[in-house]
Amino acid sequence: MRAFTVHTGLVAPLDRANVDTDLIIPKQFLKSIRRSGFGPNLFDGLRYLDEGVPDADCSRRPLNPDFVLNQPRYQGASVLLARHNFGCGSSREHAPWALDDYGFRAVIAPGFADIFFNNCFQNGLLPIVLEEKIVDKLFADVAAHEGYALTIDLEGQEVRTPGGESFGFAIDAFRKHCLLNGLDDIGLTLQQTESIRAFEARQREQAPWLWVG
Amino acid sequence: MAARTLYDKLWDNHLVQQREDGTALLYIDRHLIHEVTSPQAFEGLALAGRAPWRLEANLAVPDHNVSTDPEERKGGYAVMKDVVSRIQLQTLDENCERFGIREIRLADRRQGIVHVIGPETGAVLPGMTVVCGDSHTSTHGAFGCLAHGIGTSEVEHVLATQCLVTRKMKNMLVRVDGRLGAGVSAKDLVLAVIGRIGTAGGTGYAMEFGGEAIRALSMEGRMTICNMAIEAGARAGLVGVDDTTIEYVRGREFAPRGELLERAIAAWRGLVSDADAAFDRVVELRAEDIEPQVSWGNSPEMVAPVSGQVPDPAAIGDAGKRAGVERALAYMGLTPGMRIGDIRVDRVFIGSCTNSRIEDLRAAAAVVRGRRKAGSVKQVLVVPGSGQVKAQAEAEGLDRVFAEAGFEWREPGCSMCLAMNADKLLPGEHCASTSNRNFEGRQGHGGRTHLVSPAMAAAAAVAGHFVDVRRLAN
Repeated sequence: MRAFTVHTGLVAPLDRANVDTDLIIPKQFLKSIRRSGFGPNLFDGLRYLDEGVPDADCSRRPLNPDFVLNQPRYQGASVLLARHNFGCGSSREHAPWALDDYGFRAVIAPGFADIFFNNCFQNGLLPIVLEEKIVDKLFADVAAHEGYALTIDLEGQEVRTPGGESFGFAIDAFRKHCLLNGLDDIGLTLQQTESIRAFEARQREQAPWLWVG
Repeated sequence: MAARTLYDKLWDNHLVQQREDGTALLYIDRHLIHEVTSPQAFEGLALAGRAPWRLEANLAVPDHNVSTDPEERKGGYAVMKDVVSRIQLQTLDENCERFGIREIRLADRRQGIVHVIGPETGAVLPGMTVVCGDSHTSTHGAFGCLAHGIGTSEVEHVLATQCLVTRKMKNMLVRVDGRLGAGVSAKDLVLAVIGRIGTAGGTGYAMEFGGEAIRALSMEGRMTICNMAIEAGARAGLVGVDDTTIEYVRGREFAPRGELLERAIAAWRGLVSDADAAFDRVVELRAEDIEPQVSWGNSPEMVAPVSGQVPDPAAIGDAGKRAGVERALAYMGLTPGMRIGDIRVDRVFIGSCTNSRIEDLRAAAAVVRGRRKAGSVKQVLVVPGSGQVKAQAEAEGLDRVFAEAGFEWREPGCSMCLAMNADKLLPGEHCASTSNRNFEGRQGHGGRTHLVSPAMAAAAAVAGHFVDVRRLAN
């Protein structure tokens, strides 16, 4: 996994609550057996005017000029500013894969759906929860200033604005450690092999019916 | 010991290691696998040179992409028209063979939707931790299991370690007392709950359903409710174990037998929240107050009783909420304030991991018996959840009831719930659907989904528009 330490990037605002994973990456693209290549179909239904099909050349498709990511000022954005309950719906990890493949390194919102939130960490994409009133302020600042960029400092657990303000955010120490160092958590869990084996031995004795089917 | 909730007990029973920062290593008893979210996990395993930790804890089945067309199914993968889907399905077979994982293949008579066959085969038992790369894994909480969806990286993690890195959730109780009225089902109950607390109302919680109305439900009904806990934001739904649970499990293919079963049952009886257990949040509803529900927007919380109306955005004070309702009405092609009963339907879908079990099909058949699909309705798909459900329905003659009504009787699969196969809506079409999500484009590009119960879907198919199934019965 790619490490995340400090990132400064252009912010794109997606002013819509309850953005579900079907909106982030529609199901027809889930037929891929790969992890990469989902970026051109990120927000497919909002981004293009035609119906997206797998393996189409997206550079030739008609863009929806009203969709925020299609506006010239947000080209190259790497921080997505979003609303409440971002990533609700399915467990598809294709959603963070698509955000990552498009070029986003972090998503800031007042709240995320649980499964999406977990999936982000597995892919070096940092989901940041900030209070609603701070998110409101960031939306206003992004709209007011073309080229608005934020700095995200994972070690210091803060988001810094161009104006010098900073907002702290929470993160599990384990998740932070994995992200900062780009660690594969399977390898870390396998260091606990003895504990897992001991658990299994205990369960086999206490609940043997879990070991027959 | 302090009083514990069912979730607390399941957590404690599976805790391998608790870390100081709140994350924990939790042991997973059952891992269910399907073709869409597993290929990249198997690839990761192979690239790292890792083997599955405990082969027999896994069970795979193809469901999302499969064709439900009886003719296409007869020919197997060889005649499958959608090549991209076929590759994904064949990749599942290849991965299971390569790693030695038990798979119920497409041609197997038990094949079906992963969340239908898990309980049906007894692969899911009370007290287990169950995960699957699918958010509707919450379904299995109906058995007093800790069951929830995971992403593909976690699928790989569970395959490799039989554990999940996770963090304990908070406890929520949704208590429904009283009795559901005739014609009002588990689906209506859970839609009413989501309408009440919203799609993020359960975020961060394990959501236990309790009370008289829940106890009175069959296992099918409980599965419907837990299935949609995720639509209220809760990764896991839960119902405590009782006689209904135990009778369902007895005799299933992978369930324990004989003395071992009796020992298991004695332990399963304890899989209920202690009477004085504390919940972080309690939501209470009266079953008598719940009417048949119909969703009108693009979020499962956008739901109204069948006697109600589509909201008028002008009457909503909060600007964010108003914008959401306006956008939904525009997408759905509905006018503010219109009556739910005036919404016409173009297609009807009866199926999905929410509502494709035998009881669901019986409820739909009871409504259509002796009636016919309205002429204005282009298609009614009835997709049983598994080969066993299909066989049972055929033994009861339900397939003939549907055929006589002009409905199509299909082969098992996820079908039009998410339209990864050929079963989909055309732009602008309204669908009365027994599935779980009404997101934009979910059932096909530009399609307009209305979530309802099987009986309400059948009634809409007959009437050509939404109608209170309780009136139709009269």
